[in-house]
Amino acid sequence: MDGTVPRRASRVNGWLGHRSAKPIAFVLACLPFAWLVFAAFTDRLGANPAEALIRSLGEWTLRFLVLVLAITPLRTTLGWPALLRLRRMVGLFVFFYACIHLLAYAAFDMEFDLAAVAADVIKRPFILVGFLAWLLLLPLAATSFNRAIRALGARRWQWLHRLVYMIAVLAVLHFFWMRSGKNNFAEVGVYAAILGSLLAWRLWRRLRA
Amino acid sequence: GKLGSLPGKRSTLDGAVTMEALTSYDDASSYNNFYEFGTDKSDPASYAKTLKPRPWTVAVEGLVNKPTTFDLDALLKLSPMEERVYRLRCVEGWSMVIPWVGYSLSELIKQVQPQGSAKFVEFVTLADPKQMPGLRSSVLGWPYVEGLRLDEAMHPLTLLAFGMYGEVLPNQNGAPLRLVVPWKYGFKSGKSLVKIRFTDKEPRTAWNVAAPQEYGFYSNVNPEVSHPRWSQATERRIGEGSGLFAKRRQTLMFNGYAPQVGQLYAGMDLRKLY
Repeated sequence: MDGTVPRRASRVNGWLGHRSAKPIAFVLACLPFAWLVFAAFTDRLGANPAEALIRSLGEWTLRFLVLVLAITPLRTTLGWPALLRLRRMVGLFVFFYACIHLLAYAAFDMEFDLAAVAADVIKRPFILVGFLAWLLLLPLAATSFNRAIRALGARRWQWLHRLVYMIAVLAVLHFFWMRSGKNNFAEVGVYAAILGSLLAWRLWRRLRA
Repeated sequence: GKLGSLPGKRSTLDGAVTMEALTSYDDASSYNNFYEFGTDKSDPASYAKTLKPRPWTVAVEGLVNKPTTFDLDALLKLSPMEERVYRLRCVEGWSMVIPWVGYSLSELIKQVQPQGSAKFVEFVTLADPKQMPGLRSSVLGWPYVEGLRLDEAMHPLTLLAFGMYGEVLPNQNGAPLRLVVPWKYGFKSGKSLVKIRFTDKEPRTAWNVAAPQEYGFYSNVNPEVSHPRWSQATERRIGEGSGLFAKRRQTLMFNGYAPQVGQLYAGMDLRKLY
């Protein structure tokens, strides 16, 4: 396909490369957070707002994880190289939603009792797995700026950022375990299928190469 | 609410009327676990409209001298209606305070005369796919079955409820009749009952079959025995402090009904028989 980028793809690339693409994507990515804050302060989160808030933030973390992992397959198969411009920002939104998900859990479920949080992390495998996924996000967020990439060298940086695959597996496991009490795996299955095929696509390409 | 009125005389039974602030009717009728209508807590309020609470009969059978199929109207007249304000503690870690209307299940049990061999009572919920869209999912084995030991079922606090907040039960809360066992986690209180069966064997209850390591037959509220995936030491009282910033409450042994029901479990290891 190289060199013969189809007309439609080139139009999409035009949009993605536009000066306003990043600010627009930034505002869109903030909307779920803005809605949740608005809903929390206007009593729109139902009878158990704390639970609704923690769970929505977790689901938005997963959705952004799906988005960030979809970028490479989409830009390669659809011929949208300009999509790469948004990858770092989407990745940082994964980190942002993961942080406020954890913060909301610590605040509303644990009332900021750090000893209780530590005991909970050790005791409950599903919390432990979620916490590990968040821990693994830390080095990725910390090395997300250009100077870090230069300092590490592209190769080592890329190797480090492959941690995102493990984060995806842990995040789905966290969600699966959370839902296992209700034997309610429909949504877990959807996320597992999407993330699984995004990872399988990478594996397939590597084996083919 | 705006359903048919069903008044009850305030109960004089020990422990039957807590003075705690009531949960709002809106919260109590919109935040429900009733998997026959879906697993999300907003599903029952959205989808239970298809349930037809009349006509309704309840078959009371098994090891009894007088097996009887009761019509709902006969059950409504079987004993005087009482109002009981109970704490409801869900196994998920939240709680409510609800004014139920009904009478002690023991009033019904006396009518059918259990035989000496009867040791347990099984409660079966309606399972009609035409009325209950949630039955399409295999989250649990249907019909939903719950159970009590006979002495638990005979305890005066065990309530056969037909109404709440002075009205008949909304469909999503288990119309037209349900059980309320206030010292056990909420899932022990079967909704929309169609069958009550007396047996000599411990009933195979729905959650115990689905996840035996997480849900035992007894499922008494117990702050000292954690659920494998979360602590049961505290609970979130729904509606308190506008929800988000309320402090969690300490969960009480037997949901605060220890003086009334503690003796039922004397000598039992409640860590093993959770």
